[in-house]
Amino acid sequence: MPEMTTTEPLLRLEGIRKSYGAVHALSGVDLDVHRGEVLALVGDNGAGKSTLVKTIAGAHAADAGRFLFEGSEVRIGSPQAAAELGIATVYQDLAICDNLDVVANLFLGREQVRAPLAGRLRRLSNAAMEQRTQQVLADLSVTTLTDLRRPVSGLSGGQRQAVAVARAVLWGSKLVLLDEPTAALGVEQTDMVLGLVRSLAERGLGVIVISHNLSDVFRVADRIAVLRLGRNAGTFVRAESEPDDVVAAITGGRLLSGAKA
Amino acid sequence: MSAVPTPTDAPTDAPAPRVGLGTRLGAARDADWGPVPVIVGLAVIWIVFQLLNENFLSARNLSNLVLQVGVVGMLSLGVVLVLLIGEIDLSLGTLAGMCAALMAVLLTNDGWPVWAAIAAAVAVGAAAGLLQGGISVIVGVPSFVVTLGGFLAWQGVQLTLLGNAGELRVEDEFVRGIANSYLPSWLAWGLLAVAAAGWWADVALRRRARTRLDLKVRPLARDVAACIAPVAFGALVVAYLDGYFGVPWLLVLLGGIAVALGALTTRTQLGRHLFAIGGDREAARRAGVRVDQIRVLVFALAAALAAIAGLIAVSRQFAVSTGTGGGTLLLEAIAAAVIGGASLFGGQGRVYQALLGALVIASVENGLDLLGKPSSTKDIATGAILVAAVSIDAISRRRRAARGA
Repeated sequence: MPEMTTTEPLLRLEGIRKSYGAVHALSGVDLDVHRGEVLALVGDNGAGKSTLVKTIAGAHAADAGRFLFEGSEVRIGSPQAAAELGIATVYQDLAICDNLDVVANLFLGREQVRAPLAGRLRRLSNAAMEQRTQQVLADLSVTTLTDLRRPVSGLSGGQRQAVAVARAVLWGSKLVLLDEPTAALGVEQTDMVLGLVRSLAERGLGVIVISHNLSDVFRVADRIAVLRLGRNAGTFVRAESEPDDVVAAITGGRLLSGAKA
Repeated sequence: MSAVPTPTDAPTDAPAPRVGLGTRLGAARDADWGPVPVIVGLAVIWIVFQLLNENFLSARNLSNLVLQVGVVGMLSLGVVLVLLIGEIDLSLGTLAGMCAALMAVLLTNDGWPVWAAIAAAVAVGAAAGLLQGGISVIVGVPSFVVTLGGFLAWQGVQLTLLGNAGELRVEDEFVRGIANSYLPSWLAWGLLAVAAAGWWADVALRRRARTRLDLKVRPLARDVAACIAPVAFGALVVAYLDGYFGVPWLLVLLGGIAVALGALTTRTQLGRHLFAIGGDREAARRAGVRVDQIRVLVFALAAALAAIAGLIAVSRQFAVSTGTGGGTLLLEAIAAAVIGGASLFGGQGRVYQALLGALVIASVENGLDLLGKPSSTKDIATGAILVAAVSIDAISRRRRAARGA
């Protein structure tokens, strides 16, 4: 999978700039993500990770720069535009409804419906949606969601993350952005979510993961892109790099005390 | 998580995995108890009052009870919709009074045909709800405040419509008949048969759809029970009420609207979106649910139901007065919805259970009336029941939150 780097990238960013007033959050960032690849996006607070993800997700328009999706230049002006391209974003708050069950959350806003009445008064095809949910979860090797008809309020953090990710897969997304998917999760839950991220890549999706946790990053990513003060500060192939190299890039060369000099 | 087979490789009728007692108790606590708490509460209330006064469960008194429940019940159907999306509407009571006054003026003073007067009252009610919902959604004023303003304003309109007399009698036979006429026995049984056939077909079709797709189906016994229990209960009601004047048309009206709204909320895309908005408005918006549009729609729908409740009030009193729709009426309707399991925090609630909640309130008032207690006692009792019901809601929410963390 990492060998696919020779092919055309799924998403290529060139010279992305974004300012909030006088603050230059991004000053010319380049980035490539390939199909079947997990790209970790790391950097210190304020390095521009979240801003970059928001421009890809369509939440904030970039001021300058080019987006090439599957080889052709695109404009991502709104979340809808991103969704139409096949870019799904799983924010930290997951945006799921606690009072609805797993199936209802997966299909929210795009329910399968049938006759007899028109418009939003059409009946829900609950059985068909549940079957499709089972398929998607099985494809992603999610085995911990056993009762798809219980409200998600009773699920663990990892399971909720799985619901949010499965929603992205269900709608045929090609690129999935994950914002700190393992923050606030325990060890076992983190394992599960990292496994989920890998299985997304194995299905041929491009994945961008924002994370603060370098040990998670080194377990899941194929490549690691470092941002520093709104600019690229190096891209590392996971198999060929050490965490200390990445830390050095994040901090701008200063190694943490105790790390090798 | 417990080691249970994944959904996909679980055979549909595998023997249940052995589970410990603790797990089972936990599952029982987590399970959706549906109407069970309110039915148990209702049974307790009925038994207590029957022990205190042997007339309580007489056909005549239960028939009265059905008529008593009409106004609050109809209002509570609107209330539960508003609560579902996590809003509140304090104006529904005086809105009902205003619509009732409007209908009476059109009918008695202006000589409109009855259908036109009723249609106008319901349309004006819906428009008033549309206005309040629109202000709340577009301007961003909390619904609590907008409808508090509406509460005062609609009462003012009602007083203006009724003028100095402060009361207007309604002689129209149709309007009087809404809450004062009864189905012939054959028709009551016929309607019950049609409803039962429809319900059974629905249960069977749902079961078949799941079986075809290889999904887990409920145990057959449970589906059979779901088929039999409501029909048996309905047959009991029809047989019992036949011992007095028969089944009141009002019960058919209430039941019909409750079934329609129940289907709307649980079976349609719009209904799913109501729950989503009440559960997490921002998540719903991001998922593409047209949140604002639906919120306005719900305020209009609840207001239209309030207008119908106003008509029922007129039919019960043969008149409209300045007090119609006022007093504690709306608070009782909100209490009914909450006692029936609707959450004041949004996203939880069932339409028909609001009717059961209304029945609880009406039963308490009716029973205390029979015992000759003053209205002060009724107010205290109703208040205590409401606080108890909301407390149960709050505790169960806290439990759910604790588990989810």
